[in-house]
Order: sequence, then structure tokens, then C-alpha cells
Amino acid sequence: MARKEYILFDKDTQAFIYNMQTNAVQRMLDFDYVAGRKTPSVAAIINPTGSDGFQKFFFGPKEILVPVYKSMKNAMDRYKNVDVMINFASFRSAAASTEEAFAFPQIRTVVIIAEGIPERRMRELIARAKQLNKIIIGPATVGGIVARAFKIGNTGGTIENIMDSKLHRPGSVGFVSKSGGLSNEAYNIVAQNTDGLYEGIAIGGDRYPGSTLLEHLLRFEKNPAIKMLVCLGEVGGSDEYTIVDALKKKQITKPLVMWVTGTCSKAFKTEVQFGHAGAKAGSDSETADAKNDALKAAGAVVPNSFDDYGEKIAMVYRDLVKRKIIVPTLEPPVVKIPMDYNTAIKAKLVRRPANFISTISDDRGEELLYGNMPISEVFKKDIGIGGVLSILWFKKLLPDYATKFIEMAIMVTADHGPAVSGAHNTIVAARAGKDLISSLVSGMLTIGPRFGGAIDGAAQMFSEAYDAGKTPQQFVDDMKIKGVNIQGIGHLVKSIHNPDMRVTIISSYAKKHFKSTPLLDYAREVEKITTSKRDNLILNVDGCIGICFVDLLRSELTKQEADDYIKMGALNGLFVLGRSIGLIGHYLDQKRLKQGLYRHPWDDIAYMLLEK
Amino acid sequence: MAQKAIREADGKRMIARLLKEYTNKKYTVDEKFVTVGPQTDLKRLPAIYKWLMKEKLVVKPDQLIKRRGKSKLLLLNVDWKEAEKWIKQHMNKPVTVGTVTGTLDHFIVEPFVPHNENDEYYLAILSQREGDQILFHRQGGINVGDIDAKAVRMSIPIGTYPSASDIEKKLLSNVPKERRELIAGFIEGMFKFYADLNYTYLEINPFVVSNNRVFPLDLAAKLDDTAEFISGKKWGGIKFPSPFGRTLSKEEAYIEDLDSKTGASLKLTVINPEGRVWTMVAGGGASVIYADTITDLGFMNEMANYGEYSGDPNEEFTYLYARTILDLMTRKKNPKGKFLLIGGGIANFTDVANTFKGIVRALKEYKEKLRENKVKIYVRRGGPNYKEGLRVMRELGEQLGVPIEVYGPETHMTKIVTMALKGGK
Repeated sequence: MARKEYILFDKDTQAFIYNMQTNAVQRMLDFDYVAGRKTPSVAAIINPTGSDGFQKFFFGPKEILVPVYKSMKNAMDRYKNVDVMINFASFRSAAASTEEAFAFPQIRTVVIIAEGIPERRMRELIARAKQLNKIIIGPATVGGIVARAFKIGNTGGTIENIMDSKLHRPGSVGFVSKSGGLSNEAYNIVAQNTDGLYEGIAIGGDRYPGSTLLEHLLRFEKNPAIKMLVCLGEVGGSDEYTIVDALKKKQITKPLVMWVTGTCSKAFKTEVQFGHAGAKAGSDSETADAKNDALKAAGAVVPNSFDDYGEKIAMVYRDLVKRKIIVPTLEPPVVKIPMDYNTAIKAKLVRRPANFISTISDDRGEELLYGNMPISEVFKKDIGIGGVLSILWFKKLLPDYATKFIEMAIMVTADHGPAVSGAHNTIVAARAGKDLISSLVSGMLTIGPRFGGAIDGAAQMFSEAYDAGKTPQQFVDDMKIKGVNIQGIGHLVKSIHNPDMRVTIISSYAKKHFKSTPLLDYAREVEKITTSKRDNLILNVDGCIGICFVDLLRSELTKQEADDYIKMGALNGLFVLGRSIGLIGHYLDQKRLKQGLYRHPWDDIAYMLLEK
Repeated sequence: MAQKAIREADGKRMIARLLKEYTNKKYTVDEKFVTVGPQTDLKRLPAIYKWLMKEKLVVKPDQLIKRRGKSKLLLLNVDWKEAEKWIKQHMNKPVTVGTVTGTLDHFIVEPFVPHNENDEYYLAILSQREGDQILFHRQGGINVGDIDAKAVRMSIPIGTYPSASDIEKKLLSNVPKERRELIAGFIEGMFKFYADLNYTYLEINPFVVSNNRVFPLDLAAKLDDTAEFISGKKWGGIKFPSPFGRTLSKEEAYIEDLDSKTGASLKLTVINPEGRVWTMVAGGGASVIYADTITDLGFMNEMANYGEYSGDPNEEFTYLYARTILDLMTRKKNPKGKFLLIGGGIANFTDVANTFKGIVRALKEYKEKLRENKVKIYVRRGGPNYKEGLRVMRELGEQLGVPIEVYGPETHMTKIVTMALKGGK
């Protein structure tokens, strides 16, 4: 399956892509599909900084896997048919990876995309390529395309443009230019003025391109499918004079339409460096005017300006048609590529219900948003942890007195010593060598109806009774009949004579700052009844926080909203949040003290097995 | 990203510091020169460089000016007092060399090396596709004449280094026998220096042989700035000066500054602020072609600017770029009116409608001024989402009351130039 020497790429050509360039690969495969290729033009990706594996791509509507190799040698060994490498390495490493590829006899063409390869390094590569009879396209190029057969990387732009420029089916024109950026424009001009492009190559804008304009024109000259040549040169260098020589020596006999850009350089007072590294006239002969004149004299069709480039191309084409050298053919049917979902979304062509909804924060914009508040404003307004919590939990920035209260609640629930079940579990887990999260969670999982859950329980019980219109006495009696302890009432050591400071702080703050405290007042009445029975049946800290929170939410939200939050367990959340501070503290404490594995002593366990 | 000329002082510094490395320490050149810039305090120099007071001196501008001797920009064999006076006379003064006028603001002061005319030699090394070339001539100095015709040449295939004996054989047959070995060794070392430091051009005219030592007297050179990652350390924090006579206007400097702040590319050169044709073209290649076409159609004198934006600058940068051009073009009215060409080829992957957003914002802002200056706008662009972009532009014309004609890829890229300048199709 050896290709003729003038053919670098055909519809069976497969390439390696050097470096993980998924967009370029997908664009090549999209072209393959509309061009009616049977096999993808990319055999494998060589990704020196990754690992072996596969990458998923679309081939038309289907998904396919393209193999990825870390080692170039492994890719070469596996795909002996591949003779092209498209090298997306950076300007620092492109020369080395090109040399590496040259070492494999199967590789015939290397396309170098990077811009900024040092000139000396590039000249060494050119000499090496010549010695080994290999071809370099680039550097500093987008590549090139053979219509209907093979597309290098990102050449041709979007698939819509490729179809508009008729690159999915072959015409009769061989085009070569320096500029890759202008190649879309050039293919469009060719498509509008002829039967279309056969092959287009952009050799790149560097001073020392791996292959020259002339080398590609001579290839086109030998290719019988190509009937006319179109070329776009550039100010700087002397490449164009080799074309002049070839015209004079009749090495180029097919009609050539050519224009050299940069005629404007005479408008500048000092020497100008245009965008390309090679685009600077070092002497009079390197100016665009001199080159255009020389080409014209040698027999190329040279327009008066870029403006009639298209007309000159059309003129030559019409003449070839008249002389029956080109016989226009019918347009083949157009294959459509399915639109990418993201493109369709952007164009508002499709819609789909989302699987997730979020109404509390947004990380997509320039700044993180809590509710509608940018993070910078969170700090500017100094809303504190209470403010942040109120936005994220209740979707509303509550007034200062309320956010302060939230912070107080977190502060008083932060820890309650090492003996309570949550801290105990965390300590045991930490001493068993577990990590922070495991130890924290171990403690956290004890929070429930008996430990820490009283905030939530008290809030629910008291508000239900209050809302049902029960007097405090009725409430206490009811609970007694049911045989249920009232949540939030009672303390192990504190009593009416020895009040819990935390309760004092919380309740006096509520009395002073809250708009109204009906539930707290109700609870105080209940407490009067219970403490009359036993003096430690006081309103405890959990009860106090829970009940005050109900008062708070009811005065800032609608009653329905407030009740919903309580039902959802928002108050448990408050305890979990506060207590995790303490649990983490206990974890760190144990680690810091290098405490070993805890084993509960036998003598503290009553072993009471059933006797036989 | 290309070949960039460097100051003589930078080239000489590199030779002084590195030539010994490339010649097994056989050749040494003293680091004996002073650079005088606009901020240099001349009074303090003799204290730092003692030799200034002890030796006869040479003074010349160091601003990439060719043939300084011919332009009388060379002061020879003077003492520090005279040198100082001469620098003061010339500093910040405009001077015309050939067709270019520029301001003198960098000088190099060196010891004067007394020598005879037949001690002067010419050496140049230049790069070509297949390899490098060494040019040598047994005479040097300002009267060397047509060196292309006179010099002996030696081609060095890329990747190889010439030996001193080869150099002697091929280049030095016209040099007195007793000096051949010395010069051959110098050229051998200079070639290694040239190749290893990624020079792309180096001319020493003349270098002088005196007391069995080599003195490079006058030097012009270019480096390949893409090799910065290889040779940058040896170059030693070098800055590439602008060509002589290129001083940036406030607006050009502003755009250069914007350009340095974005990964995209923004370029602006004001050619003729009174010109009637202004361009705002996307893409490096396309922008040259628009400027070409204006020139080729015979409107070079009306071409106000050259510039381009590419690499997908964001809305803010495009806006600032467009604003700068609109500001420049609406400063002075012209009864015949003006043209703004918002051109471009077919974009690869850039969303055209998006890139137009910044331009539209600037056009809206300059609505009044555009009307007052009788500006007519032509738009041509293709690529992703171009239809939406062009629609926005068309609507804008009606909104602003400024005539805007809008074309897509079905119209030849530079057709809008003809439409504007020749008033027809």
C-alpha cells in the first residue's frame, strides 16, 4: 500500500497525534465522517505525560475508542501502517519529539504545530529530514487538508465551514500558503471560484519552514488529479524566487495563480515585523512587490492586488474547463454530522429538564455567590458565620440580632466535655488510629433522640403543644399520661437553685433582642410546674436553644416556613454544626497526646452469659 | 518571535564574557565599555570606570543605526571631557539617517584602539536554510565598500563546526602569514559563540589585530528570540530595542501595554493620523492583506493605521482596542469623510458574534463623533456564528445613524476596501 511519492495523505492515511489534543482529534474524526472515510484518520494518540489507555470520541453519531500510548515505540509497533505524526508538542519539546519520530522508518511525514521553535534547532531538523527522506510540514502551522481524504488537526475550522468550503469532496486545485490563519479564507476563495480544493497545505510562517512552498507545488505538479496551482506567498525570505526558477526551468507547467502579501510594507518608515517570524523584508529582493514582479515575469498569473486574486483564479479555472482539462462533476450528497449537545444548547435548539436544582449558591460566575451575595460582599458587610448560615440554610440574610443568636447557639453547643457519647466515640475512634473524618463521623453518629437531639425534640414538642392551645398544665399532664419525658426539661446536676449559665445567657439574650418570645414564655411556665415537682427539672440548654430558635424563625419567616425548617431537622443541624467543633478538638487532642488504642477494661463489663 | 537586533554593547558584553569559553581561554576580550542612556549620570562615570580618564576614547550611538561613520555619528580618539560634551550635545536630539528620523538616547563609550588601516578586517556570520555562512575580507572599517562582492565566503553545513585550519585555508589566503593562525582561531571561536548562543546575524567591522591580540571594534548582531529558553541565561537579561526611529505614540504604547496583559494579540501602528482610511482587522494574515489592498489600490497616503486583533481577546480588551482607534480617527474632521474597515477572514473557532461585542460597545459610545466625522463603516467577516455577528452589526447601523455595510464570506475578503475607496463594486 505504498503511496506515490507525491501523495502525503489519502483516504487510507492514518496518523498518530502527539500530545493529548482531544478537540483536534474530534475535528479530524468529524471530517472523516463527512468525507465518507471508512476508518478514522487517527490511529492512536501518543501522550508522553499520561498513561496507556483509551479515549472516547464520536465518529459521526457513534462513539469509538482511540488508543492512547505513553511510549511512541509501542504505538509504532502496534500500528505499522501509520506514516504520519501530527506533533502538538510545545515549542520547547517539538524538535526532540520530531527527531524521536524520525527514528522510525515507517514515519514519512511529521506535521509540527508549535510556534517558536528556535531557528537553529529547526534547521538541524530540516537537514535531518533531508538525509532520511522525510517530510516536515510546519512549524507554526495549522497543517493542511486533502479534500475528502485527510485533514490535519484543526485545519479548516468548524465542520460547517468545511462543508461550506466543499472540503468533503475533491476538486482540482492544489493550494499552498505560509499562513495557516488565512487558509480558511483561501479555501473559501478556491471553493467559490473553481470546482474546489484537491489539497491545501499551510507551511507555516517561520523563517525556516520544514518544507517550502516550492516543494509542495512540485508535488502538486506531479499529481495528475491536480490541474491548477494556487499559492499565497509573503514578504521576507527568498522562497518565492525558487518558484520563479522552477517556472523558468519548466519544472512547474500547470497554471499557477500566485500573490505575495506584504505589499504595504513600503508604507512604513522603519522596518516592520508582521505577525509571522519570517515576514520581514531584509533586502529589496525580499519585498512583496519585487517577488510579485518576478513571478509575473516568470509566467505565474499574478493579480494586481489581493482584491482580484479570486477573479484570476476563476479565469484560469474557466480556461481549463474550456480546454476540457477539468471536467466539472456533480456534487455528491452531503453527509450531516450530528450537532454537539453543547453547541445546540448555546444555539437554543434543544432543552432538557435538569437533574439537579440549586437555589442557595452559584460558583459559575466571576465570583462565588451565597444566595445573591457575592463572596466579597459577605466580607465587606461582615455578616459573620451566622449571616452565612442564615443565607445558606434559610435563603435569607437574617437581621443582626438573629445572626448573632445563631453564632451564640453554635458557641454554646460547641463542646460539652469528653464524657458525652459523641466526644467519647470520637476519642475511641481517634485512638484506634482512624483519620479525622472517620473519628468525627463516629462521634456524630451518636447524635439522635437521646444525645443532642433534644434541641429538635424540644422545639417540636413545645411548639405542638403551644399551637394546639394547651395550657402549660395541660401539656405537662398530657405528657405524664403518655409516659413521655418532656424534651428539653431536666438536667443531671443543674437545678433551679444552681442555674445553667448557658441557659441564662441564651434566654436573656432572647428576651432582650427578639421581637417576641411566646414559646420561651410558655416554656418558662412549663418549667415552673416541673420544677415544683423536682428542682432539677429545669429548662435545659438544648430545650432553651430549640425553643428560642422557634421564636426567632417565627418572627423572621412565615409560620409555615418556620415549622417546615423545624420538621426538616434544621435544629439538629445546628447542634451537629456546633458540636463538630468540639469533636474535631477532641480528635486533635488525642492525636496530639499520641494516645494509644483504647480497650475497655474487662472489670467494667458484667459478663452475664447464659449458663449451660 | 523572530530575529531581533541587539545593541552593540550587549553583543560586546557577551563576547567579553564568553569568547574565552569557546576558545579554550586562548582569546580574551576586555569588558571595557560604558553604555550611556537618557538616565545616566555622566558626572559619576569616571569614578566607576577609571579608564575613562586615562585613555583616549571612541563614542557612538548604540541604537541599531547602520553606517554610523558615514553619518558622522562617530567620535574617535578623544578624551573624556570631549566625549562627555559630544554626548550632551547629541542626547535626546533628533537625527536623520537615510530616510529615518529618530532621537538619540543610547551611546557606547569605549577605549580607542590605535591601529593602522591594514590592521582592520571584516567578519560576518549569517544564517541560511542549509547552514551558516562566514564572510571574511582582509580589509574592514567604514570604507569597506561592497562587501557582498568583495568578501570571501565559507559555507558551514548546519550541525557542523569549521576547524581553524579549514578557516585558514578557505578564508585567509590574502592575510599576512604571521597573522593567519591568530585570526583563524578567533573566527573558529566566534563561530562556536554564534551557533551556541543562537545568533542569526553577526557582523564585526572591523576587528583589529594589534600586539597579537584581536579587538572587535564595531559590532551589529541579531539573536533568535525564540531561543530564549535555551540561551537566555548566557544572553544575560537582554532587552531588544525598537528599530531606530520607531518611537511609540501614546496610543501605540497603550495598545502595546494592553497586548502584554492578554494572551491574545492586539497590535497598532499609526501610519498617518490624518489618513481617511482606518482599519480594525481580525487576524495577523488578514490585516496585512487589507493594508496591502489599500496600498495596491493607490490609497497608501490615506492609510491611517495598521493593526490587528487576534487570539480571541475578551470583550473588555476588544472594546478598549476599538475605542482607541475610534478616538484617534475622530479627532480631526475631514470634509470628505472617513472610512472604518472592520475586516477579517473566516475565523477558525472564534465566535464572531462574541468578538463583535466589544466593538459594538465602542461604536455606541462614539456614535456622535462618528456622525460628526462622516464616518462610513464597512464590515466583512466569516467563521463560527458569523451570521449573528453580522446581524448585530446591521442593526447597529440603524440604531446609530451611521452608515454600516455588512458582508459575510460570500463576499471576497477585501471587497470592502474597493467599495469604500472606489465607491463601487
